[in-house]
Amino acid sequence: MFKYVKHSVEKIDGLALVTGEEHYTNDFSFRNMLYVSILHSTFPYAKIEDIDDSAARAMDGVVEVLSYKNVKKILYTTAGQGFPEPSPYDSVLFGDVMRFVGDNVCAVAAETKEIADAALAKVKVRYKQLKPVLDFEKAEGSSTVIHQDDGAFPKIPVFYDASKNIAAKVEAEVGNFDDAFAKSPKKIEHQFYVPYASHCALEPHAAVSYLDFRGRLVIISSTQVPFHVRRIVSVVAEIPVSKIRVIKPRIGGGFGGKQEVLLEPIVALVTWRTKRPAKLVYSRKEVFTSTRTRHQYRTTFKVGYNKDGAINALHLDALENSGGYGSHALTVLANAGSKTLPLLNKIQNLKFTGRGVYTNLPVGGAYRGYGATEAYFGYGQIVDMVCEDTGCDIVEYYKKWTIKSGETSPIFKALGEGKEGVAMIVTSTSLNECIHVGAKLSGWYEKRKLYGGDFNKGKRDKRGIGMVALMQGSAIPEIDMASAYMKMNDDGSFNLMVGATDLGTGSDTVLAQIASEVLDTPVEKFIVTSSDTDHTPFDTGAYASSTTYLSGHAVKKCAESIKNQILKVGADLLTVSIGEVEVEESRVVVRRKGKQDHHQEVSFAEICQSSLYQKNQFQIQATASHVSPKSPPPFAAHFIEIEVDTFTGIIKLLNYVATVDCGTPINPVLAEGQAEGAIVNGIAYALFEDYYFSPQGILLNDTFGKYGMLTAHDIPPITVKLVDSFEESGPFGAKSISEININGALPGIANAFFNATGKRLHRAPFMPEYVLSVINE
Amino acid sequence: MKISFTINSRKRDLELQPNETLLNVLRKNGLTEVKSGCEEGECGACLVLLDGKPVNSCQVLAMSVRSKKITTVKGIGTLHSPHIIQKAFAQGGADQCGFCSPGMVLAAYSLLQKNPNPTREEIAEGLDGNLCRCTGYVKIVEAVHEAASKLRNEKSQAE
Repeated sequence: MFKYVKHSVEKIDGLALVTGEEHYTNDFSFRNMLYVSILHSTFPYAKIEDIDDSAARAMDGVVEVLSYKNVKKILYTTAGQGFPEPSPYDSVLFGDVMRFVGDNVCAVAAETKEIADAALAKVKVRYKQLKPVLDFEKAEGSSTVIHQDDGAFPKIPVFYDASKNIAAKVEAEVGNFDDAFAKSPKKIEHQFYVPYASHCALEPHAAVSYLDFRGRLVIISSTQVPFHVRRIVSVVAEIPVSKIRVIKPRIGGGFGGKQEVLLEPIVALVTWRTKRPAKLVYSRKEVFTSTRTRHQYRTTFKVGYNKDGAINALHLDALENSGGYGSHALTVLANAGSKTLPLLNKIQNLKFTGRGVYTNLPVGGAYRGYGATEAYFGYGQIVDMVCEDTGCDIVEYYKKWTIKSGETSPIFKALGEGKEGVAMIVTSTSLNECIHVGAKLSGWYEKRKLYGGDFNKGKRDKRGIGMVALMQGSAIPEIDMASAYMKMNDDGSFNLMVGATDLGTGSDTVLAQIASEVLDTPVEKFIVTSSDTDHTPFDTGAYASSTTYLSGHAVKKCAESIKNQILKVGADLLTVSIGEVEVEESRVVVRRKGKQDHHQEVSFAEICQSSLYQKNQFQIQATASHVSPKSPPPFAAHFIEIEVDTFTGIIKLLNYVATVDCGTPINPVLAEGQAEGAIVNGIAYALFEDYYFSPQGILLNDTFGKYGMLTAHDIPPITVKLVDSFEESGPFGAKSISEININGALPGIANAFFNATGKRLHRAPFMPEYVLSVINE
Repeated sequence: MKISFTINSRKRDLELQPNETLLNVLRKNGLTEVKSGCEEGECGACLVLLDGKPVNSCQVLAMSVRSKKITTVKGIGTLHSPHIIQKAFAQGGADQCGFCSPGMVLAAYSLLQKNPNPTREEIAEGLDGNLCRCTGYVKIVEAVHEAASKLRNEKSQAE
């Protein structure tokens, strides 16, 4: 059916990546470049009474020191979101209050990195320590107020109460929860905890800046959001947007961690003041402590249901640890509800309540899954519990109760991103097929029965299998915007310029495939330029599972406009009417009564040469923008088989099957890769990833070695099967796939654990000592 | 001081300080295909071959390897003449962000030198020192398996 779409085309940058030709931010250096190092707070909560940088400035090679003393305090949010941002304006570039260990005290720019680092040690900072809040369950209403008298405010009209340490609050209800819960014959209430986590993109955050020949500021950055970087740097560094160009070269992974504007304003200020290039590259330790994290969460589920398993009432209460600042606090919180509660859309009485609270701990932010991961840990187990208690087969239960094509959930409208959401009817789902195929591939029925029977009796190593169904979204409806520009060249090739940001996901390739399909021209005919604020049109950036669905649609519209122009010129050259021609294999051909006349055709090259040089001259070119009126959910079913060593508490994964509905996979191999990467990240988060703090709020496991990372040797057999549906609002039927699959491991492993042991896991990560304590309860 | 190195079969005189790591010296001199991911010897992004043996260049003092042959990922194949392993990575979707790829490709190269016919288990073990956050390793292990088979075919045809 498709010629270029739904084909596993090799990434257009693939060979350049694996031969080391491609450049990442840190690979760019310039003559006379300054190296920037940051002094970070060693106290979780402190007021800086004075900074004496004279000794540092006196050092040979030190050129500039930036601190609150010489940088204007402009309130903003570091969150790279659409404007006005839903995150509170509670940050300044350099402040005199330190709100977590790792907060920025000052920056030193010097001739070498060694000098900059040495100069940091010479900066004398006089701190007045304040009593910190290091327990997020005690933050709300604490006598310690974290944002006091700093003018922090919400940029959009939402609830915000810094005096009570509340960075964000979300509430929504459909039906009447209390009433329905009270009347339910069966009730359960469970509380779940998920920890902090680091994105662990292999490339540490980096930014390099310089002035171009005409004195404009150019920032090269490892960012997911180049256009947000331009806007925010303009505000914080007080440089006009017209004077700033932001380029994202290749980027070594993002996962949400680089949807944050942290380093760019600092190098920008150094360059703007000194007129010299500046480079700032974070160490791995700084990435762990001073960038952004997955928010720590507590979720509480209250569920009332009938003896047949039908849920009457469900209340999800979420408490989110936002850390020292409220970056993404509101929207991650809202997504904890909006990406879970619509899944079982037949529940009539739903309530969501959530608070994001300030603490003196590292700052949360965007992280693949974005609230959904945090909430699915409990949501996926609750469904398993209800089924277990009522004797329902969970596979059939999900098939029956999940949202279907043509159906909606009132939650879509009730929970938006800082405002009311957008009502939406689901028009594509193959979830039931996913569940069916996944059950088959994982040997679900045989194993579930086997492990639930006598198999594990008397054994030290007990086996179990668990499953969970999932959904996410595709872009933020009526907020995110993407655009594309194309022009045709004389040999029939095309320049495709997109603001979209390829994080290694292969979106440059996927977008070229979409244009290829429209124009029936091979992918190699498209020269893709992406993520350069001077040379590509606007795109909100790579987040919210949006690029294929949203930017892809902009590219499709743009290519269609190009196609119309090509057809017009082609028909003119062939002296036929436009209704008689069509595009076929890089040519315009005449087709009459469904038959192609082989004598009448003109190549794309001839068409472009004519339009550029010969007749009715003009440049064949087009632009298109796209905003989506909906955010069609991708769906997935995950089946996980585990073995628990009941003597040590070690959980070993034996098999992982994921079936995924991402609509039409534009590039199946790249889509599978998204799923596999997310699954392994999810497994690591479930089993061991965590932040360990000293009693003083200092992160203790701030290296890959201490934090723990899965290697090729650690992963179980993983099977990903794409089960297509066709989403009419997406380009060639596509939805998203990047985030959803990180949500399965937590509930899936926990459900398998119950199958093996009859016990429930309420706290992640599932470290052996915790697992053992649950087994021995 | 200036020290002579043999990098990718080419003699080069590089300026360095006695306490500098090989990673820093290589990157400072334009060999940016050697990536810096942690500078603690844990991620493998900076892996190079020293006399054919894989090492994390962030853990090696440049001074200490002056007499050894250094191979970066460009030493086994280039954009215009890629190695079979590099082709297999690109064709098989084993490269997402690509930041781990130079180290990962060299680790695979080193493994296949020692063991031309590894099982998937042996491949996974051979890549144990290289972290990747994007792919979940599934397609990397597959690509190395595929490359191994192609390399064996090439060798048997040559014989």
